[in-house]
Amino acid sequence: MSMELKMAWRNIWRNPRRTGLTISAVAFASLILVFMLSFQFGCYETMINTSVKISTGHLQVQAKGYLEDKKMRQVIRDPDQVATRLDTVKGIDAYTFRANGFALVSSDQRTYGVVVTGIDPLGEAHVSTIQSLVRTGRYLTANDAYAALIGAPLAKNLKVDINDEVTLLGQGRDGSIAAAVLTIKGIFDSGMDAMDRNVIMMDLQGFQDIFSMGKTVHEIIIIADALGDVSRVQQDIRDQLSGKREDTDLAVLDWMDILPGLLQGIQMDLVSGIIMYIILIIVVAFSIFNTFLMAIFERTREFGVMMAIGTRPSRMATLVMIESVCMTLVGIVAGIIIGSLLTLYFQQHGIYIAGTEDILKQYGIPDRLYPRLSLISASAGPLVVFLITFVSSVFPALKIRKLNPVEAMNHV
Amino acid sequence: MAMVEIKDIKKTYHQGNVTVEALRGIDLTVDTGAFVALAGPSGSGKTTLLNIMGGLDLPDSGIVIVDNNEFSRMTQADLAALRLHKIGFVFQAYNLIPVLSAIENVEYVMLLQGVPATERHDRATAILDDVGLEGKYNRRPAELSGGQQQRVAVARAIVSGPAIVLADEPTANLDSKTGEGLLLMMKKMNKEKQVTFIFSTHDSMVIDYARRLVTIKDGRIVNDETK
Repeated sequence: MSMELKMAWRNIWRNPRRTGLTISAVAFASLILVFMLSFQFGCYETMINTSVKISTGHLQVQAKGYLEDKKMRQVIRDPDQVATRLDTVKGIDAYTFRANGFALVSSDQRTYGVVVTGIDPLGEAHVSTIQSLVRTGRYLTANDAYAALIGAPLAKNLKVDINDEVTLLGQGRDGSIAAAVLTIKGIFDSGMDAMDRNVIMMDLQGFQDIFSMGKTVHEIIIIADALGDVSRVQQDIRDQLSGKREDTDLAVLDWMDILPGLLQGIQMDLVSGIIMYIILIIVVAFSIFNTFLMAIFERTREFGVMMAIGTRPSRMATLVMIESVCMTLVGIVAGIIIGSLLTLYFQQHGIYIAGTEDILKQYGIPDRLYPRLSLISASAGPLVVFLITFVSSVFPALKIRKLNPVEAMNHV
Repeated sequence: MAMVEIKDIKKTYHQGNVTVEALRGIDLTVDTGAFVALAGPSGSGKTTLLNIMGGLDLPDSGIVIVDNNEFSRMTQADLAALRLHKIGFVFQAYNLIPVLSAIENVEYVMLLQGVPATERHDRATAILDDVGLEGKYNRRPAELSGGQQQRVAVARAIVSGPAIVLADEPTANLDSKTGEGLLLMMKKMNKEKQVTFIFSTHDSMVIDYARRLVTIKDGRIVNDETK
């Protein structure tokens, strides 16, 4: 061990109680940051997976421009051919087809404008949680060509219930009139207001017949094996689809493209969390700052002697910085270890928030929330603690450079 | 050959509204290998003069030359380098680095000089043996007596091979027997290694050992006698 490192380490422990408290503050801040960031990331993953499984999927293949315009004419002409290519991409858990149209839906008493979504009941069950969100009645089967699922608020507004009939009136892909009578077989409640108030789901084949879609669809909804695989899978799909002339008008979108609101919500939550973390870190930084200011004040005479025997002020400032780094590192390592162990425990067992299970279950969210420990969540917070505490020790270190040896040696 | 040349130096301190004229025009030349005592009552300016000779403080006016280095032409960094390589200090309160053992305190100066680790260790061991601290290399200052600490301080002052050692009342905190042992040791080094020693003191024993006595009073040299 070099002499400077030895001196720094021994200097740190000259006042064990003060050092212990400072290290504890750094460790506590690091622990909190590791756990809370992991918890936030875990919650975000749950939110994203829940949202994408209710409606959008992790990825979608669409006709270019369809996301912005939702025009019926912008279709995937040969979805089976795209499906063949998707089958070669690794990391895809499931996919299904959907088609969307706008229509007026009427009950005996009321009429509303809605989005009609054609789904493949079997495929959809692997991709989305819609089957589990049906609160009343039942989910669609392969034989339900003219049956429908309807959102609970929309059913209430239309004053319809299970086995009631509603009339659809819209425009088909070719400009013809799309009209049909659908029987309500299930009422769902996803918790997403826009979906529950505005969407009617029906069998894809029935939809294609009514809206003159032929074999075309508007969206291929894809679920990746894991959220972390989405970017790679997206690129792989793009690679598969690129270069094929018939596919050049297709876009491969991820959940962030499709649900920008969710991303913004997560970003806002993260920013508010970061503000809280910065406040925590600043409090710790003041603790470090105070420790070193006191240490320098107490050791002024010693610094004077060191200058007298030929030590350059920059070398003494470096010594103090080494002390700061050593003290902070001990706290950070302790905080990361304890924080990671705590996070791993709750990652296994989950965090149960009493009284919320019914609400969470209603929206397809598990009743236990699981933090997700990652390299980023374990290191980002402690790294910021390290940087800020390092900066906070610079000022006391700089004070040393201004010491006059005679005045310092006369310091009591 | 002159190790120290001081020409008409003046130094004034301001303590609140009070102005203290610590040195009022000092001229002094000390030859290489001298063993000089600066005597005088408290507040006479001995320590100020010693600090100025050591480059720890600068005079308001006058010229200071140590080992052919004129201080007025030197930066703080140059003065620090001069102190490291040419000047050894021994203080009244020992002033060892408390977190370092005896041998580490001695080695520290050589570390600053860039001496390799093995050589540092060998030289530190040898000098601690010379000052009578065999077997006490690894003791921290708090585990040593006052006399032993001052011996470590002397070892630290001379291990770097300085041209001059400035000792500010080195025996003030020691009993007479320990103080005499220390003086004998420094006298031996002065004789054997031709290191120049300048003491500030009002200890009669130190004055007796000195070959030259410079008496200062109220910031002026009032007597300069060679024995």
